[in-house]
Amino acid sequence: MLVRGSRAAARELQKSVLRTFSAQASPPPPSPPPSEKTSYGGLKDEDRIFTNLYRQGDPFIKGAMARGDWYRTKDLVVKGSDWIVNEMKKSGLRGRGGAGFPSGLKWSFMPKVSDGRPSYLVVNADESEPGTCKDREIMRHDPHKLIEGCLIAGVGMRARAGYIYIRGEYYNERLALERALSEAYAKGFLGKNACGSGYDFDLNIAYGAGAYICGEETALIESLEGKQGKPRLKPPFPANVGLYGCPTTVTNVETVAVAPTILRRGPEWFASFGRKNNAGTKLFCISGHVNTPCTVEEELSIPLKELIERHAGGVRGGWDNLLAIIPGGSSVPCLPKRICDDVLMDFDALKEAQSGLGTAAVIVMDKSTDIIDAIARLSYFYKHESCGQCTPCREGAPWLYDIMTRMKKGDARLEEIDMLWEVTKQIEGHTICALGDAAAWPVQGLIRHFRPEMEERIGRFCEQIAA
Amino acid sequence: MAACSAAGVDIPRFCYHQRLSIAGNCRMCLVEVEKSPKPVASCAMPAGPGMNIKTDTPLVKKAREGVMEFLLINHPLDCPICDQGGECDLQDQSMHFGSDRGRFTEMKRSVQDKNLGPLVKTVMTRCIHCTRCVRFATEVAGVQDLGMTGRGNASEIGTYVEKAMESELSGNVIDLCPVGALTSKPYAFTARNWELKSTESVDVSDAMGQNIRVDSRGVEVMRIVPVQNDAVNEEWISDKARFQYDGLKRQRLNVPLVKGSKGLLESATWEEALVAAKDAISKVKGNEMSFIAGKLADAESLIALKDLANRLGSGNLKVEVSAPHLDADVRSNYLANSTISGIDRADVILLIGSNPRVEAPVFNARIRKTFLDGAHVAMVGEQADLTFPVEHLGTGPDALAAILKGSPMLKRLKKAQRPAIIVGPGVLNRPDSAAVLQQVHELVEKADVVREGWNGYNVLHDTASRVAALDIGFMPSARSASAPAPKLVYLLGSDDFDPADVPADAFVIYQGHHGDNGAARANIVLPGAAYTEKNATYVNFEGRTQRTKAAVPRVGDARSDWSIIRALSEVLEKPLPYSTTDEVRARLADMAPHFAQVDTVQSPMWLNGEYFQAFKDRAGKAAVEKQAFSSSISNFFQTDVISRTSINMAKCVQTRASLAHK
Repeated sequence: MLVRGSRAAARELQKSVLRTFSAQASPPPPSPPPSEKTSYGGLKDEDRIFTNLYRQGDPFIKGAMARGDWYRTKDLVVKGSDWIVNEMKKSGLRGRGGAGFPSGLKWSFMPKVSDGRPSYLVVNADESEPGTCKDREIMRHDPHKLIEGCLIAGVGMRARAGYIYIRGEYYNERLALERALSEAYAKGFLGKNACGSGYDFDLNIAYGAGAYICGEETALIESLEGKQGKPRLKPPFPANVGLYGCPTTVTNVETVAVAPTILRRGPEWFASFGRKNNAGTKLFCISGHVNTPCTVEEELSIPLKELIERHAGGVRGGWDNLLAIIPGGSSVPCLPKRICDDVLMDFDALKEAQSGLGTAAVIVMDKSTDIIDAIARLSYFYKHESCGQCTPCREGAPWLYDIMTRMKKGDARLEEIDMLWEVTKQIEGHTICALGDAAAWPVQGLIRHFRPEMEERIGRFCEQIAA
Repeated sequence: MAACSAAGVDIPRFCYHQRLSIAGNCRMCLVEVEKSPKPVASCAMPAGPGMNIKTDTPLVKKAREGVMEFLLINHPLDCPICDQGGECDLQDQSMHFGSDRGRFTEMKRSVQDKNLGPLVKTVMTRCIHCTRCVRFATEVAGVQDLGMTGRGNASEIGTYVEKAMESELSGNVIDLCPVGALTSKPYAFTARNWELKSTESVDVSDAMGQNIRVDSRGVEVMRIVPVQNDAVNEEWISDKARFQYDGLKRQRLNVPLVKGSKGLLESATWEEALVAAKDAISKVKGNEMSFIAGKLADAESLIALKDLANRLGSGNLKVEVSAPHLDADVRSNYLANSTISGIDRADVILLIGSNPRVEAPVFNARIRKTFLDGAHVAMVGEQADLTFPVEHLGTGPDALAAILKGSPMLKRLKKAQRPAIIVGPGVLNRPDSAAVLQQVHELVEKADVVREGWNGYNVLHDTASRVAALDIGFMPSARSASAPAPKLVYLLGSDDFDPADVPADAFVIYQGHHGDNGAARANIVLPGAAYTEKNATYVNFEGRTQRTKAAVPRVGDARSDWSIIRALSEVLEKPLPYSTTDEVRARLADMAPHFAQVDTVQSPMWLNGEYFQAFKDRAGKAAVEKQAFSSSISNFFQTDVISRTSINMAKCVQTRASLAHK
């Protein structure tokens, strides 16, 4: 259960968080924080940001305003860009799209003084990672959180306009968002003199055609510009040359949607959740072999087991029936039960366990699962979604799938497991975007933890052939 | 990558090309950069101060080996039947950087071939998706025909809809393709590259003097590829320069011919032919002879013919499709004074009566590059698609007059740092060109196109022989205006002569290498050499002296052109005072020193004020006609005897027609 630390301790924690973030450009290496708080989870209802996640109330303007959205937004806007970015830095929010880059820092990369080009905010609502369904809940049940967040983030980045790029399959989400957008315009919350603050900010909604790769930020920008969704080379980074050649920041829906609440309730409040460097609450999407699959907001650093038992009704057939869990969406390596027993759900703990928090899409597999087949299916997905630009991913992903198809049957030689490992290493880190890594990681997770199963499968196949 | 090359470290690459944008997708050029956790693509990484780049670590070696393995898994093992074999980047680099054995046991991908027209053959299964061809087409050639469709492993390079590439530069994708996916259709399965003898030479299909390499086997030209010369053609050549070589094997004149008693041309020995020529020449007075040079005539034969004509007492010299009002006296008035590479620096360009896309496609690509760098390009003349947006100011002289009166264009030219005016054959070949040129001169002065350190007055010619002829003074003499109708016409490779210049009763001697209009009209035919068969001098439209080199032997009994004229002078007992190529060239250098300075441009003295005034005085106030400036070239692929006899070019014409029909 949650044991909240004293105020002083929280302040202490806060200071150290601040120090690390202001001094370094990349997330600091995980080190056990001297925090008094030792257990996490069990988020109280009053601390939830997404209060209409299950559509208990009206998702649109009336309900939203009743829930506190758009409440004195003007006051937040007039406090200015630097204040917003500083508060975000203080809160310790890390990007919710998968990579976990500190958001305040990312927003601060945008030019402070325009060289004549406008700046843009782009919201990545191309939620296509298998297992992930958090952004859609926000968009269809709490769209005003996102729209208000866009204004706040836009002001923080000194952006002239924002674009929300929704994947083509999210038809109902798009309708909800469009309705909410027109409501916000009607109320004068957006457009010229947004919320009466004197700041001009326009927001547009664009939709993709359903390509996974368009969730990569530069591919998304390309797609938004009307081109083929193929990732761009970096550098230059989008904050320098992005949409239409202008400074752009691409952020995840959830990151943007939590911003207004953080500013209202204060960064200290937000930072009081989770371990050091893993602050805040997060939407977890639990799917697979659990009794009640759900999307739930929880505190970061909650133990994986507790998350599943408390919110998803436990693993089908009990915790001992668990085979493996993919903790952060299909692209991160899976974890076997022995690690799942006590791993914490945050960026650093999962990284230590050689996996990742990703989008916090927890895919649970019980012992009825053919894990090799499951990973082979993921390989098929990445083969299908590779954009075809870089050699390692274009050629490597189908090769992985081909080998995995044989591995599924056991129609392979034992050495080929090592070869498979090498091939994944040849793809990983050698491509323009991270899709190559994403194709490689699930297979690496499989070999790392389930090698005996693969060997056994091959042995069985050989016996069958012999007989 | 550039930094590494400068440091003397060669980095393997497929997609990177210094004249195209950076794609960074082949991942072959991965290097290790200190403090970077992942290997980075060196083609896309700007080098910074204090950067530590490692190119020979195990990590880099492993990365290259990995990428190479990925490239090869879906590349067919058909090197023995691939035309790229022996000059294939993939072959070479897999030898250097690849693993020594394969581990791929699955099925390879196969891709349907595309039909890109009669020039480029595709074997798309071999494609490694480097997208060089796509970037060339969109960035340099300026056509949106090529692209990548599909995704992942299923992605393919092709035209989106089945069609030929509609560019005059399409052949260059063959050189760009690092593998055998795009190869030359006419060259397919005819030779292996290690059997070929390479000779660096100069192209004569237009006036640009594109640098080429003639690859031959035995007596046959097997293919023509570009040679890099940043000052002229960079590393591109036009499709005509590349593919017209099959015309060199057809309809050739290989023995001297003399018209016999039956009125038919009959083969003769050189002695018989030259004596017959002497008989004909001695029957007429000097002033009754006329000499017309063709599009492909070289400087050596032009000077020899001029010397001979003068010795025979004739000043009736002419280049076919003449520019009657260009003056040979002042060199700057007929050259591209900005130079071809200088056009890169221009910021406002006005084309007058020129369609560079057909007159010199590679030069057009260069103007396009300048446009992309931010230059403003406008044109006066018939509307044409130059592959980039051009401000069209009108079609004829009245538009020119409007500019002179003070249109925004005049202001733009005045305000520009380096304005350029390009006068094309559409002006020069008009009967009223004297009057139009006066307008142009006025514009040059008014807009201040010639300034300190910048000469923006350019003339774009369309034939290879024109500038050398003007340099030599191969022009009608002052007396020739009053000459009677010629009784004897000597055609030096002239096939597009004006019928009025060759009266029906005139005796015609034709010297050339192809049986075409000229030979058909001739009483005596003296077989000469084509540009791949002789060491000859040409001057391009910026005044650059360049020399062709003989790559293959001459056909049959043919002789090199100037020596035929030398032999004729001997028979006529008026011998010319030179008997070796060096001596002819010494004579050329005597006449104009720049002939001795090969591959350089001597910027001519600019005598605008006085010259323009003199031109005005001489030409008088001629009336300007109303009709539009139209390019001299209506069919890019067939402009001279070689391209007209080429089947490749004929197929191109057919393809274009079918595209237009659609």
